Amino acid sequence: MTTLSGDDTPGRVRRLCAKARRPLDDELVAALGLADDPPTVGAVCVYPTMVATAVRALEGSGIPVASVAAAFPAGLTPLKARLAEIEYAVGQGADEIDIVITRAHVLNRDWNALYDEVQAMREACGGAHLKTILATGDLKTLRNVYSASMVAMQAGADFIKTSTGKEDVNATLPVSLVMLRALRDYRDLTGFEIGFKPAGGLRTAKDALTWLILMKEELGLPWMKNDLFRIGASSLIADIERQLSHYATGRYSATYRHAMA
Amino acid sequence: MTAVRDILRTMDYGVAPESDEHARAWLAAHGGGFGHFIAGAFTPPAQLFDVFNPARGERIARVSQGTEADVAAAVAAARKALKPWSALSGDARARHLYALARHIQKRERLLAVLESLDNGKPIRESRDVDAPLAARHFYHHAGWASLIADEFPAFKPVGVCGQIIPWNFPLLMLAWKIAPALAAGNTVVLKPAELTPLTALAFAEICVEVGLPPGVVNIVTGDGATGAAIVAHDDVDKIAFTGSTEVGRLIRQATAGTDKKLSLELGGKSPFVVFEDSDLDSAVEGVVDAIWFNQGQVCCAGSRLLVAESIAERMYAKLRARMEKLRIGDPLDKSIDVGAIVAPVQLERIKRLVEAGEREGATVWRAPGPLPERGCFYPPTLVTDVEPASILAREEIFGPVLAAMTFRTPDEAIALANNTRYGLAASVWTENVNRAFEVAAKIKAGVVWINSTNLFDAASSFGGYRESGFGREGGREGVAEYLVAPAAPSKPAKAVRAALSALPGRAPAPDGDAIDRTAKLYVGGKQARPDSGYAYSVLDPDGKVVGLAGLGNRKDVRNAVEAAAKASGWGAATAHNRAQVLYYLAENLESRADEFSERLSAQTGAHAREARAEVETAVRRAFYYAGFADKFDGAVHATRTRFVTLAMNEPWGVMGIVCPDEAPLIGFVSLVLPAIAMGNAVVAVPSPSHPLSATDFYSLLDTSDVPAGVVNIVTGEAATLATTLAEHDGVDAVWCVVGPRELSKAVEAASAANLKATWTRLPPRDWTGEQGREYLRRATQVKTIWTPYGE
Repeated sequence: MTTLSGDDTPGRVRRLCAKARRPLDDELVAALGLADDPPTVGAVCVYPTMVATAVRALEGSGIPVASVAAAFPAGLTPLKARLAEIEYAVGQGADEIDIVITRAHVLNRDWNALYDEVQAMREACGGAHLKTILATGDLKTLRNVYSASMVAMQAGADFIKTSTGKEDVNATLPVSLVMLRALRDYRDLTGFEIGFKPAGGLRTAKDALTWLILMKEELGLPWMKNDLFRIGASSLIADIERQLSHYATGRYSATYRHAMA
Repeated sequence: MTAVRDILRTMDYGVAPESDEHARAWLAAHGGGFGHFIAGAFTPPAQLFDVFNPARGERIARVSQGTEADVAAAVAAARKALKPWSALSGDARARHLYALARHIQKRERLLAVLESLDNGKPIRESRDVDAPLAARHFYHHAGWASLIADEFPAFKPVGVCGQIIPWNFPLLMLAWKIAPALAAGNTVVLKPAELTPLTALAFAEICVEVGLPPGVVNIVTGDGATGAAIVAHDDVDKIAFTGSTEVGRLIRQATAGTDKKLSLELGGKSPFVVFEDSDLDSAVEGVVDAIWFNQGQVCCAGSRLLVAESIAERMYAKLRARMEKLRIGDPLDKSIDVGAIVAPVQLERIKRLVEAGEREGATVWRAPGPLPERGCFYPPTLVTDVEPASILAREEIFGPVLAAMTFRTPDEAIALANNTRYGLAASVWTENVNRAFEVAAKIKAGVVWINSTNLFDAASSFGGYRESGFGREGGREGVAEYLVAPAAPSKPAKAVRAALSALPGRAPAPDGDAIDRTAKLYVGGKQARPDSGYAYSVLDPDGKVVGLAGLGNRKDVRNAVEAAAKASGWGAATAHNRAQVLYYLAENLESRADEFSERLSAQTGAHAREARAEVETAVRRAFYYAGFADKFDGAVHATRTRFVTLAMNEPWGVMGIVCPDEAPLIGFVSLVLPAIAMGNAVVAVPSPSHPLSATDFYSLLDTSDVPAGVVNIVTGEAATLATTLAEHDGVDAVWCVVGPRELSKAVEAASAANLKATWTRLPPRDWTGEQGREYLRRATQVKTIWTPYGE
């Protein structure tokens, strides 16, 4: 689950974290037969200044805190400043860092510059996981998406991610397919397994199923688990909850019956 | 029920059944069996045979075996309905077709489920491909009904059409047949395949539902005997057949000499060419759609994978990984990729062929997914270590079996792609647009999909080269198959001449003191003595000898065809270049107008003024086709978004042209010039009685830069030479537009061997007025090229 808004406050972040701990209410979890191991979310993603709040709110839950960093979402501040921001977020306790690449490097086909940038960020992350956002809506062509995916993985990304959520076009199936094919090729060439995250615009349980099917068909079961696959927006959980409720009760649920994030 | 906990662990798919409740109810309502649909009503069920659901091996319906009497009744109903139906305004017919389209759409799910029950194809396909495309076809042709009067002025419907369709796309093939026929004002008798008659019968009910006039559509069910009765019926004006090449050949023979129009959409062994610079993952998905769509039971299935040797192992590895994911099973499960084979007999054929391939040493790899315990299923199969000589590379399997071969260079890829008797479709994969178009142009196939496969649309034409048949379905080209060009002003044919005589002793015509000239044959740009060693006397109307002409035989035809085949560069020359040659020909003919006029008069006794006029017309005709050489354009069809669909007019290759006896110069020129203007190389048989105008033409061809072999002339008995041309597998089309029925019968029957296109028995006509697009259309075949765009 994610909150990346200019008006985020500690209170807002704590509310999100509470929902992340218990995305489904107890009654529903019991009805699904999952009471002894209730589902949680893969991570909570916030801005760097909200990391400390999130870390405290999620203490003991095992849910990692992710932070966007490096001048999210444009990424156009000096590299030194971006690296400092990453180090700050890691220092605050972030387990995962989501950075966004310099699109100019892709558009101008400066692959060395792209490689150097991502590698420097990888180093700045230290022990934290690095998710590399390609901002595919800006890259436009599938060829660009494939090439950028390959360079990001070579430079040390643990995950490749489609979008910041701020571009005109977010995660689409064609773009996701190309990224998956890239990480499949990378696995075949190197043996390294890289994760994938579609982001932005996925709001319905049906969307989630569509992407799960994509992962299953293209890569198989390991890529359907949270160490190699993340999906999400906060609005998604609301629809999933309603659909699970329908599954459990046979009745259609209303949004207001479920706790908001 | 699987616990949620387990689902989260295994992430296995559940079942996603499509309900067959309504389809079953429809079948139950017809539990007493189906009759035929004749004159707007169903006949009482009789001589019932069983229809099975191949996925479960259960009987789902009983339908009537159509007898000759049933066919006769259906043809009579269609004949009766023809006049009022063709007399309706285009708009009125459009309304009927529009209503059919709407109702197919309203009944789409029922038709889809019924199709899957009957044929075994996955509901995903019947729901997303067959049924919507069928509706689209009727919509598209509702438009043609409105437009034909303007777009094909003075054209007439052919009449009563007998249509015989296969079991692989029962509803869609029905739409492909019925929609254009009705739009053009024809009435039809359609026979669905005996394995899959149900959607046609449901369509018959839709015809009732929309108030289609009785007799416009008649549906007779039954097996091959019923089909043969339709083909044999005297009052049928056209046969349209989709099915095997074997049956297509029988139909060609059966209809020879009957004046029935014919279009055949037959088998294929279509190449799927993957270059080293292609997007391999996309190509793999392409293969899935090419050979596992409809279990590979698709006439245009990409069944021969030709892959660059440098990437072959990677391609195969990716393909096998993909095949492991294919789900085979209940066609009514919405998540099934591959459904059931249509019937046990087809399953046996597939098994037999694959086993034969294995015995030849091919490596057979079958997808490992589980097969259902009952029903007709065969796993997706990749066969490697196949060579062009292997049975699996040559025989159409009509099943989910892909035969893979490698190539080294683009030239070799093209050679392998064309190394087949068929020519239905091809798929070309490369990220290099220049290469894509070059290969698309060089592959002999009616449809070429670039970086895509198995795309169909009502607005684009579909049909084969070579033994994949002739005629097109879809688009403007498809509508033309159901229309007859306006008849030229009729002129009674002259009496048939006496047999050619090789015996000496006749008196010469006056002017016999000129230097003796001997007309030879003209083969490969050189004059050639006839193989027989005989010459025959060319007589004037008074029986005096005006010259001698070679008595050509089958070996001369053989030599001429070989010379024509070597002249294939002519088709690749620019249209401008061909135009220049034709203009030059006109120039030279005009400069020798006196000589040609005199020769005409000498042979036919024509008055000098008439003869002069004929030569002048011939000069104008050369100008006309020179003008047309670079203007008989193809088209860009409006099909799907993000595709450019090109229709290119391509020459046949080698054409045999048998010229009318009565018009020695203008008949020859009116037929040969449009053929060469379009890039064909021609073997012409000139007027047997008056061959000297054509033999005089040699020197014109020589002096006009017509390349050697583009026009070859063999004089002699038309019947013998025409039959030899029709029999020759190296001849791609034969025009034998005049002559008695026995001649057209012999030519058409002989053409069945390689299923070359024939054009026979035009009504007698005045050749001086004969020119136009129809000649160019007959001199070309349409290749449709689909190209995607966007990145």
